[in-house]
Amino acid sequence: MAKRTIIPFGPQHPVLPEPIHLDLVLEDETVVEAIPSIGFIHRGLEKLVEKNEWPEMVYVIERICGICSFGHGWGYCKSVEGNLGITVPPRAEYLRTIWHELGRMHSHLLWLGLLADSFGFESLFMHSWRLRETVLDIFEETTGGRVIFSVCKVGGVRKDVPDEKLAEIAGTLRGMIPELKELTDVFLEDLSVKNRLEGVGVLSTEDAKELCAVGPVARGSGVRMDVRLDGHGAYADLGFEPCVEEGGDSMARCKVRVRELFQSIDLIAEAAGHMPGGDIEVKVKGNPSGEFVGRMEQPRGEAYYYSKGNGSKFLERIRVRTPTNANIPALVRMLQGCDLADVPVLVLTIDPCISCTER
Amino acid sequence: MSYITKSPWIIHYDGSSCNGCDIEVLACLTPMYDVERFGIINTGNPKHADIFLITGSINEQNVSVVKQIYEQMPEPKAVAAIGICATSGGVFKDCYNIMGGVDTVIPVDVYVPGCAARPEAIIDGVVRALGALDEKKKAMEKRPHETTTAAEAVANLDRMGLPDGAPPEPLEELVLPGDDIEVKYFGTQPDDESADDSKNSGSGKEEA
Repeated sequence: MAKRTIIPFGPQHPVLPEPIHLDLVLEDETVVEAIPSIGFIHRGLEKLVEKNEWPEMVYVIERICGICSFGHGWGYCKSVEGNLGITVPPRAEYLRTIWHELGRMHSHLLWLGLLADSFGFESLFMHSWRLRETVLDIFEETTGGRVIFSVCKVGGVRKDVPDEKLAEIAGTLRGMIPELKELTDVFLEDLSVKNRLEGVGVLSTEDAKELCAVGPVARGSGVRMDVRLDGHGAYADLGFEPCVEEGGDSMARCKVRVRELFQSIDLIAEAAGHMPGGDIEVKVKGNPSGEFVGRMEQPRGEAYYYSKGNGSKFLERIRVRTPTNANIPALVRMLQGCDLADVPVLVLTIDPCISCTER
Repeated sequence: MSYITKSPWIIHYDGSSCNGCDIEVLACLTPMYDVERFGIINTGNPKHADIFLITGSINEQNVSVVKQIYEQMPEPKAVAAIGICATSGGVFKDCYNIMGGVDTVIPVDVYVPGCAARPEAIIDGVVRALGALDEKKKAMEKRPHETTTAAEAVANLDRMGLPDGAPPEPLEELVLPGDDIEVKYFGTQPDDESADDSKNSGSGKEEA
């Protein structure tokens, strides 16, 4: 047996925007075991439910994560709405869907940039983030915020977007397609990128199922799972079909996200074209008193939102399970047997969101 | 901006932020805002950095990491707290694991409020941190070795970082080790047989 060495990775590491710590057990240059330790950004925000009334809690829940903040707000609202037995007007559901898909676009573009950064392709990182700014501008025009929106509320949404504006947004996004194509072709076809991604960190379909991987990690391993298939929001009307890739390597996960980027543009354009009229919110009466679990497909995968009410203004308990939490076992499996130099790329391919995981 | 004569390098650490301010810090570096054109680079190495940008508040787990990064940065250095969480705790102020803003652990020169702080505000914060950096540099300029007499050197040593004319702080009384301090030996002692066991475990964590 070769000599074993332990290399600490993180919490402060150039490739990581967020702190996670991995103890990498190496035999020569090969990782034989990875031991993750988390908790650097644990805040304990679920406990704040005792200090914030449930209509206000949505703004705290949004701040679980600044990247998929809209999805978190929506997931919480869905859970409380289910608890109260409210049906949200269709226009609000369509607007939520559009914002959620915009959130997915900005998250995937951000991820593509960070991935490029992790294998040292700086100009690709810059281009991804340049294109992402267009999506953020749309967010700013429609909600007022760039990363935290506070636009979703229990019973609907707080702001309406006129139909003409929605058509303009769809036009802007369609106009992005040539540039996006130019960008993503580099990821999918450039030889130096292929060398870093193809065949690296293979997660088999069986492993993905056994370790309960979610989101693009599972879909990249050939598992057809996506919460949007249950038809919440406007997805039932939009004819949604998840992007699934075989292979299970880093390239497959990259392909899934690239395809989802274009799919999001189609979904937004279709939703904007079939926008129902009417109200954007319903009046909410009473306080939640039951239990309800809402599920959401975040850019990183499936997230759970559990809420338990006791008939008062304060919920008794909320619980969020976020996708990165579910994907860490898959990451540990991928890291076993990889080269030390591939560790940053592999950590990035699950799109880790540590502030979601630790809350 | 005329006083930017040097290109400061920044180091960024995510305390316990929600990522909102982090991605805005990164957005400052990318083509839309592009502070790299002024030579402001995000470095991963604390020893290369001039300005420390912290997002998010301090909790029990990261307090040692933040202190360590701050201590490793060479003088002069400036600290900017980005976002309302780093300033005071923000919405998470009442959370059980939050100790408060960054200034509970290390001195902060610039506060950039906002949730999330906008890139324009972050850039403004970095520019103000440059001003703080400049002042610290000036305070350091009259170094002890440039003075003539030993007494003057000691006086200057006391005055470092103080405004002109302020009286120097009194020197702390020097405490020398006495008999009551236990002396610990590190490494293998010739007549200690048990030390051989710890040699082979290889984890490097055990205390001698």
